[in-house]
Amino acid sequence: MADLSLRQLDKKYGSFHAVKGLDLHVEDGEFVALVGPSGCGKSTTLRMIAGLEEISSGDILIGDRVVNDLAPRQRNISMVFQSYALYPHMTVRENMGFTLKIAGRPEAEIETAVADAARALEIEPLLDRRPAQLSGGQRQRVAMGRAIVRNPDVFLFDEPLSNLDAKLRGQMRTEIKRLHARLGSTVVYVTHDQIEAMTLADRIVIMRDGLIEQAGSPDEVFNRPATRFVAGFIGSPPMNMAEGVIQDGLIRFGDGETLPLPAQFRDAVTAGQRVTLGLRPDDIYPVGHGLHAGEAVETRPLEVALTEPLGNETLLFVRFGGVEWTSRMLNPRDLRRGETVDFQIDLSRVHLFDGESGRSLRTA
Amino acid sequence: MMDANQSSRIRKRLTRWALNVALFIAMAIICLPGLWIVLNSLRPTVEIMAKPPVWIPRELNFDAYVAMFSGVGAGGIPVLDYFRNSIIIATTSTVIALAVGMAGGYAFARYRFRGKSGWFIGLMLTRTVPGIALSLPLFFLYARLGIIDTHFGLILAYVAMNVPFTIWLIDGFFRQVPKDLSEAAQIDGCTRWQAFWRVEFPLARPGIASAGIFAFLTAWNEFALASQLTRSTNSKTLPVGLLDYTAEFTIDWRGMCALAVVMIVPALLLTYAVQKHLVSGLTSGAIKG
Ligand SMILES: Nc1ncnc2c1ncn2[C@@H]1O[C@H](COP(=O)(O)OP(=O)(O)O)[C@@H](O)[C@H]1O
Ligand SMILES: [Mg+2]
Repeated sequence: MADLSLRQLDKKYGSFHAVKGLDLHVEDGEFVALVGPSGCGKSTTLRMIAGLEEISSGDILIGDRVVNDLAPRQRNISMVFQSYALYPHMTVRENMGFTLKIAGRPEAEIETAVADAARALEIEPLLDRRPAQLSGGQRQRVAMGRAIVRNPDVFLFDEPLSNLDAKLRGQMRTEIKRLHARLGSTVVYVTHDQIEAMTLADRIVIMRDGLIEQAGSPDEVFNRPATRFVAGFIGSPPMNMAEGVIQDGLIRFGDGETLPLPAQFRDAVTAGQRVTLGLRPDDIYPVGHGLHAGEAVETRPLEVALTEPLGNETLLFVRFGGVEWTSRMLNPRDLRRGETVDFQIDLSRVHLFDGESGRSLRTA
Repeated sequence: MMDANQSSRIRKRLTRWALNVALFIAMAIICLPGLWIVLNSLRPTVEIMAKPPVWIPRELNFDAYVAMFSGVGAGGIPVLDYFRNSIIIATTSTVIALAVGMAGGYAFARYRFRGKSGWFIGLMLTRTVPGIALSLPLFFLYARLGIIDTHFGLILAYVAMNVPFTIWLIDGFFRQVPKDLSEAAQIDGCTRWQAFWRVEFPLARPGIASAGIFAFLTAWNEFALASQLTRSTNSKTLPVGLLDYTAEFTIDWRGMCALAVVMIVPALLLTYAVQKHLVSGLTSGAIKG
């Protein structure tokens, strides 16, 4: 095991700047998820760590070793590919033992290592099959087994679950988490799925256009998003956003509606400033159906435009301030489309972002 | 419902029968000339030339084969020399064409470089020129270089003929091997070279084997160029040797057929030996699918 440092890591494809000076430190044993929309440079970053992509400038350190110019095999890393990349002409056993065989280890040692990994992943009955004879979930396990057998300093995952169906994805997520708990290994996990990142990672790094938007614990990035982009990316259903202008201690929206300026932002804004207000669906709800006991609530009668019952909760869609808002109603009661009910808006949980820069206006 | 099922089943069975019959007829048409050659090599010329044709031979013997091997004085031809030349030229040119084809095919499949598609089209265009059109220019060129009637000369010509095809075929097979596999192998501890031989090469093997068979057979059977560029037992190949059976006014059909059989047998054996490498579909299961 080892820690991992990226220092001013940069990647240019010709004139296209894919990764723009990334700084990141991953502690020994830490599980870090890189998330971001497609094309933001996650895979490129991971492939540079693996040595599959040359770096344009900057440094990569594994432990205290600069690995910038080392070949992949010299970095002592493992990688699980989105495509699994199992060797089709080898059995599962040979796939998993391949790395040790290349390293010239004795048969007996390979046998033991493969058997251990197979037991941990519950794929012992599959050892003599070929990849073509496995289901998607089984291939996924074999790919992980192959990574484990190598006993690397750092595990790299590139969207390992995105080829699985939703149910299997959930299972494998748990599996990966359990494995990490057992092995205590350093992991960099790339995904575009924020739920995967939230559930798995010790720390989430949100990337956008080759830059880090925010790095923090799941709690931090969820509750204290540094930018409008992070706020919109993390959380499901996504945070409600409405554009407005600060006026007379109020936020005035495009359609003339207003909300009082929450106390926590009173010193952070100036009159006339353009802002984006963000509010999670949890923080706007029909009276009596909220998640938190609201501290500073504002009540508005709003017309329900659409309902999505999910059993334990119902998502409601309402119009307010010129945009559509999603509301999460816990302990749902029967609400009809077109009905008007009193909604509470929890001002203490409002997020406010600068209209120009998109940065959070939170001061504390 | 039952009726529909039944009639559909009957229809399926009929289709299968029809297909089998068609296949049999096609195979018969393809194989008949071969059988005819074997048959003719075993019977006297009178019977070969008989009209109407004699299908069931009255007398079979190996006279033609015995004569062929019994030395130039005794009505034979230097068949062992021809055979040796053919083997050397076909094998060497195939090995070189495969080596170049693998390197080129891999490069076309894996790397981006300037003028890539131009190069590729250029290579393919060389195939559009009929070999016979080149024989005269080639003859003059070779005469100047002094490589008429040498193994080297023919090997060079056949490598040039085969390389575009081997590159094209092998390129297609390397394309089917996902890039991830080589990368995974490199992470697993391989050098690029090891990753190639341990992972990419085995998966592209059917293509390489096909290219090899093709290149070998092309060189083995080629006549037009060889008849111009060879003179003596130094370099004459089996197809050129067939001409030894033609005299000014007569053609020894039986002897010619016997030599043809001598040519066909090694080609058949080779194809048979290589065909087990032709199992395709090895790459399935590498990625999601
Ligand atoms: N080999 C390449 N040549 C040119 N551009 C590339 C190459 N690989 C990736 N890119 C570009 O770099 C950007 C980041 O890609 P990638 O890291 O794969 O994104 P993702 O975050 O979806 O994994 C994308 O815009 C992609 O088009
Ligand atoms: Mg990617």
